[in-house]
Amino acid sequence: MTSASPTPARPGHQGSLLRSLAVQAARIALALFFAFPIVFMLVSSLKPDQQIFGDLDGVKAFLPVGHLSLDNYSGVFDRVPAARFLLNSIGISAVTVVLGIFVNSLAAFALSRMRWRGKKIVLTAVIATLIVPFETFALPLVWWVNQLPWLQVNGFHVTLTEGWLDTYQVQVLPFVANAFSVFLFHQYFQSIPKELDEAAVIDGASWFGIYRRIVMPLSGPAIATVAILTFLPAWNSYLWPLMVVQSENLRPVMVGIQYFFQLNPSWGQIMAYSSMITVPVLALFVAFQRAFVSSIASSGVKG
Amino acid sequence: MATTLTPLSTRPAADAPPTRRAARGRARRRESLAALGMVSPAVFLLLLFFVIPVVLAFALAFTNARLVSPVPAQFTGLQNFRTLLDDPLFYKSLRNTFYFAAVVVPLQGGLALVLALLVNAKVKGVNFFRTVYFIPVVTSMVVVSILWTFMYQKTGLVNELISHLTLGLVHGPDWLNNPSTSMPAIILMSVWQGVGFHMIIWLAGLQTIPQDLYEAADIDGATRWVRFRYVTWPGLRTTRTFVLITITIAAFSLFAQVSVMTQGGPLDSTTTVVYQAVQTGYAQQQTGYASAISLAFFVLVLAVSLVQRFLTREKD
Repeated sequence: MTSASPTPARPGHQGSLLRSLAVQAARIALALFFAFPIVFMLVSSLKPDQQIFGDLDGVKAFLPVGHLSLDNYSGVFDRVPAARFLLNSIGISAVTVVLGIFVNSLAAFALSRMRWRGKKIVLTAVIATLIVPFETFALPLVWWVNQLPWLQVNGFHVTLTEGWLDTYQVQVLPFVANAFSVFLFHQYFQSIPKELDEAAVIDGASWFGIYRRIVMPLSGPAIATVAILTFLPAWNSYLWPLMVVQSENLRPVMVGIQYFFQLNPSWGQIMAYSSMITVPVLALFVAFQRAFVSSIASSGVKG
Repeated sequence: MATTLTPLSTRPAADAPPTRRAARGRARRRESLAALGMVSPAVFLLLLFFVIPVVLAFALAFTNARLVSPVPAQFTGLQNFRTLLDDPLFYKSLRNTFYFAAVVVPLQGGLALVLALLVNAKVKGVNFFRTVYFIPVVTSMVVVSILWTFMYQKTGLVNELISHLTLGLVHGPDWLNNPSTSMPAIILMSVWQGVGFHMIIWLAGLQTIPQDLYEAADIDGATRWVRFRYVTWPGLRTTRTFVLITITIAAFSLFAQVSVMTQGGPLDSTTTVVYQAVQTGYAQQQTGYASAISLAFFVLVLAVSLVQRFLTREKD
């Protein structure tokens, strides 16, 4: 991320000093433009409703001043089952990420490091799926998952039920296999020397053993990339759970926002809830900034 | 299955003793079987949740299927497409979708490039700016939409800012409740949210340009503009194609913002093709008709990305 700049300022030159000051001013102005809504959200979440509106006409809207409290946050928990929504989202995202890493890396391993008939066709077919936006088949997918069978376990009785609407699996399984993740793993695995596999085969390792003990431990960056690119849409998903989940106790955080607009909405509570579901992701982002940025960057070099 | 799994290599191993050849054949077969086992979970899931629904999108578009219905779907031929061509809302949706894309693609792509150039420097604190510009990207579109809905109110933050910056001369409109400002308001917010993503992609592209080209340009005494025009811009060719296509597809898929902020209003000024498809298919339960809209949308996306790919192809 940090190669040399194509625009080095010539030191001592007055024109370029002025220019670099202008550039810095532009950077700061843009930073304010990108930060102000988020700062406003965080600050407002600590203020009573009346003060949020009162502070709008000045710089106070962005400053934590006045009657600050965590009342909005406790109000959120009184108003909606926020803990339940959070647990649901954490569970759904975690399972999607773990299964996604496993299923897609396994496929990429077979596609990049093993010899078998038809692998070119499979690889091409998988990559080809990338051009179809989810929105074009989301509705047929709703119709389709509503026809699928699932096993229901009641004590010792296992029965076959029909229809996945209003379940956890409908929020996870359609998003596990991902052509882009397969592609990223495939690219990464090709950079790992194949001699390692050959040596392991001679030592009597199984193919799954090579995948588990050699290739995956060397693939930290690719795993992080796929984890991030799977986690973000899973945590932020809205359209899909809106369509396929009715029960309150199965719903994820984004859909929970809707509850605040029924009957007299409190903007302080809305800001508190929005902060609660945003700050964890922002914290993750700041902590793993390098991995985030390179994961996005690597999504762009597929050209 | 097993009968088709013949060894891949046809290399004759005449010099090898027969037992070793057989052993190699067994290893090959084991390798093929293991590979199939490893690919099959992903392939199975893609078949189930991608291939089948895509095929269904085509099939259902020719039926009167409803989301939940006791009556089985019936084949209705081109009826849905005829209805679509007579549907004034569809033309509005199309027009709004194109309007959104036509503004967002150059605006977001251009601003993202400006940001990338601003933070592509070895200066102290540049990482801080990259982080700040990127924050909206990791913030969910739903949260962003709610935040901006509040800021766009008649006496909201945006209008207070406008009023302060113009010393009280300009009083902003009720952004989301005015048909002429609703779409621009959604555009501004969408660019704010998405631009950091493409900044990173431009940045990755900038860093693939060999440094010695800039040094050579400096020796020739090239101005900043000349350097940009003849070194940076040509060096970003593949990145440019990627940015253009991803922003366009994302712009055509405009949905969440509309669903949260305006529900397509006021006076259908913000309804889009995807929003209309979801409303028809979900709220009104007309899966068949919604599939026809989705199909039209898919053809649109495909056509536009093919045209873009053609226009941005390598001209050698």
